[in-house]
Amino acid sequence: MSFKKLMATGMLLSAIGAAAQAQSLVYCSEGSPEGFDPALYTAGTTFDASSHPIYNRLAEFKVGTTETIPGLAESWEVSEDGQKITFNLRQGVKFHSNDQFTPTRDFNADDVIFSFERQGDDENPYHTVSGGTWEYFNSMSMPELIESIEKVDDYTVVFNLTRPEAPIIANMAMDFASIQSKEYADAMMEAGTPEMLNQAPIGTGPFTFQAYQKDAVIRYLRNDEYWGDPAKVESLIFAITPDASVRYQKVQAGECHIMAYPNPADVQDMQDAEDIVVMQQEGLNVGYLAYNTKVAPFDNANVRKALNMAVDKQSIIDVVFQGSGEIAKNPLPPTMWSYNDAIEDDAYDPEAAKKMLEEEGVSDLTLKIWAMPVQRPYNPNARRMAELMQEDFSQIGVDVEIVSYEWGEYLERSKAEDRDGAVLLGWTGDNGDPDNFLAVLLGCDGVGGSNRAQWCNEEFDALIQDAKVLSSQEERAKLYEEAQEIFKDQAPWNTIAHSVVFMTMRPEVEGYVVHPLGGHIFNQVGLSQ
Amino acid sequence: MLNYILGRLLTFIPTFIGVTLISFSFIRALPGDPIQVMAGERGVSAERYAELSAQYGFDQPIYVQFWEYLTGVLQGDLGNSFVTKRPVWDEFFALFPATLELSLFAMIFAILLGLPAGVIAAVNRGKFFDRALMSTALVGYSMPIFWWALLLIIVFSGNLQWTPVSGRIDLLYYFPNPTGFMIIDSLASGQEGAFTSAVRHLVLPTIVLGTIPLAVIARQTRSAMLEVLGEDYIRTARAKGLSPGRINGIHALRNALIPVITVIGLSVGTLLAGAILTETIFSWPGIGKWMVDSIFRRDYPVVQGGLLLIAVMVMIVNLTIDMLYGVINPKIRKR
Repeated sequence: MSFKKLMATGMLLSAIGAAAQAQSLVYCSEGSPEGFDPALYTAGTTFDASSHPIYNRLAEFKVGTTETIPGLAESWEVSEDGQKITFNLRQGVKFHSNDQFTPTRDFNADDVIFSFERQGDDENPYHTVSGGTWEYFNSMSMPELIESIEKVDDYTVVFNLTRPEAPIIANMAMDFASIQSKEYADAMMEAGTPEMLNQAPIGTGPFTFQAYQKDAVIRYLRNDEYWGDPAKVESLIFAITPDASVRYQKVQAGECHIMAYPNPADVQDMQDAEDIVVMQQEGLNVGYLAYNTKVAPFDNANVRKALNMAVDKQSIIDVVFQGSGEIAKNPLPPTMWSYNDAIEDDAYDPEAAKKMLEEEGVSDLTLKIWAMPVQRPYNPNARRMAELMQEDFSQIGVDVEIVSYEWGEYLERSKAEDRDGAVLLGWTGDNGDPDNFLAVLLGCDGVGGSNRAQWCNEEFDALIQDAKVLSSQEERAKLYEEAQEIFKDQAPWNTIAHSVVFMTMRPEVEGYVVHPLGGHIFNQVGLSQ
Repeated sequence: MLNYILGRLLTFIPTFIGVTLISFSFIRALPGDPIQVMAGERGVSAERYAELSAQYGFDQPIYVQFWEYLTGVLQGDLGNSFVTKRPVWDEFFALFPATLELSLFAMIFAILLGLPAGVIAAVNRGKFFDRALMSTALVGYSMPIFWWALLLIIVFSGNLQWTPVSGRIDLLYYFPNPTGFMIIDSLASGQEGAFTSAVRHLVLPTIVLGTIPLAVIARQTRSAMLEVLGEDYIRTARAKGLSPGRINGIHALRNALIPVITVIGLSVGTLLAGAILTETIFSWPGIGKWMVDSIFRRDYPVVQGGLLLIAVMVMIVNLTIDMLYGVINPKIRKR
């Protein structure tokens, strides 16, 4: 080959390369997914790689909100008594195909029934495949809630519930409720490789799975038969890059278009950089200090309020979150519907706090603060946070001892009703429903469990229980707003912070929306030329 | 020689059982219950806890658990990861070639630079060159890997744009990886530029991972050379009028190599298990990060299986080193 020809071929090849690259969106992700069957797992990293690109659910969250919209179900009706939900399924939805499988039929009711039965029914052959423990299905109380699932016809499915439960529609939009192909499952069972459901996923989503190399790369191709708006790019690539500084270097060097979870320390630099775009939003989480309201003198709301007034939350935000957090005044995050913005936080006022304690006849108070041993979005450094609180409390004469345990122990011991001390902990929302925060973390049922304040307030609990069975979101919101007032007045927690989520990208990325539920969704993301 | 190797192989058996026991107890000795850790803030009910315990076999007495593990190991079954639910064996061998490839290159880099540096420093003992080399080696030895890696990335990938930031190959290339060694697979793929891309991706991680062994080898070579250079037979060789090149390169170096090879052997073990930081920073899909993640998640099967396999690899490397002694020093072979 002559030199000229070689040059020409080289140029052509690089042009093709550039064209191919222009249609590939590269996302620098923070870690490997645990697998590709979302029902088996609980980590957001796994959902980013599985449920969002590959699968659909009966209902979906509208990207950028916590609202539910129709997905594989075009519509649904809830019966008068709230215990029967009829889903009308979308017709003409195609499943993906791969080397081992080509679907012979469209999505229908059998797929819906299979997707739930394998999680709840011990008899289902897929119940134990891939060591299934179905954590989310269980922790959202689905086994107790679903009495039966009935197929009325190919495109109508009825869920019979044991009790009315308004958040069930939001649950249907959660990752564990992703719809699998029964036909694929049967074919793989017959071939003796049922674990392929988890390793070579088949869904109905906007991208088809192409290849995965653990800790290196995941590749997807656009699903040209997608029932909804087709994806904007031809291929989607996850470049797995665990180190946050390296992710940023890759975005700068053009090796990635977009990345999540930047180092808080880098954010300022990113915002100043000309060719980098940074988006931000409050995360769907809350970090709190839960007093043990069953132990004197913390059973007195005024004592708790006084303690809350002694903590300088702004310095916690500055020191512990380094700007990647926002002061929390409610147990709900601000992106959640029914967030009561009219509530005023207890002002930081050590003098008033001291006086209040004296009025309550409390002196020489000692308090243990439990500091978590792990990093969480809602609390990046619990030890440091506890130290700052220790200093604040010493200003009002309260002596603080900081304790900590290994994470598993910490979670277990902090549940005890006679626990000594106040616990630093937090919560990240699952389904965007206020019930998922207020009932789980503060309801009477949670005492001795997820209700770390051991706080059971009848008035508050009645509101939460009433809201659970109403189907109108507007009416539910009113009850939750009222509940937040009682919470503030009774102060079982000191609400500390919501994290702020940052997303860093190159300027050619178009159409990215930060999703309050924490997922990273690229279905409608494109690249400008 | 054959008897020697067989003898060495026999010592594998107690070591193997010891490692199995230690890796099994090590992860269980750490505080923290894997079920609680998996459940996180969400928590788990008492009934569910009992169900999961039974599923993972935690309800059995500890000696029964160990016996089941041991019989599994002997049948080549290391169990499934609690997290990914996939066989430990499959995960290890999917990731191990990446670690091995990087470790090999780092070792070659360290030996190619470390040996000559040590020899040159010893020959020029006390002179400027010696001091410069040895202080550089000390700096290399004490360099925090994390900082060193980021510095190289910022300079060579960020500012100069000579090397890619991380990964094993440009994402544009997509081909099967039958061997798991990117260098080989990229050549075999026949895709233009794939091999070059794989090599370019290897440069920085090789330097970072090779820096500490390089420093250790250079220092060890220097001190071993100095010792040998003081021996009578070297003086005799000098008196005979042999050229300095022949004295240093053949008579002295060959005898100085034994302790150097020991150090190299020990470093290979450290490299295999210790590539954690390098792998994390360069998004290198190897076993280092896999092991660390599984310790934090209390993923018992991965920790105990991974430790066992790494130990076996180190044992194999040590055996190879022992055989090398025999090649270099006939006295050992004949013993």
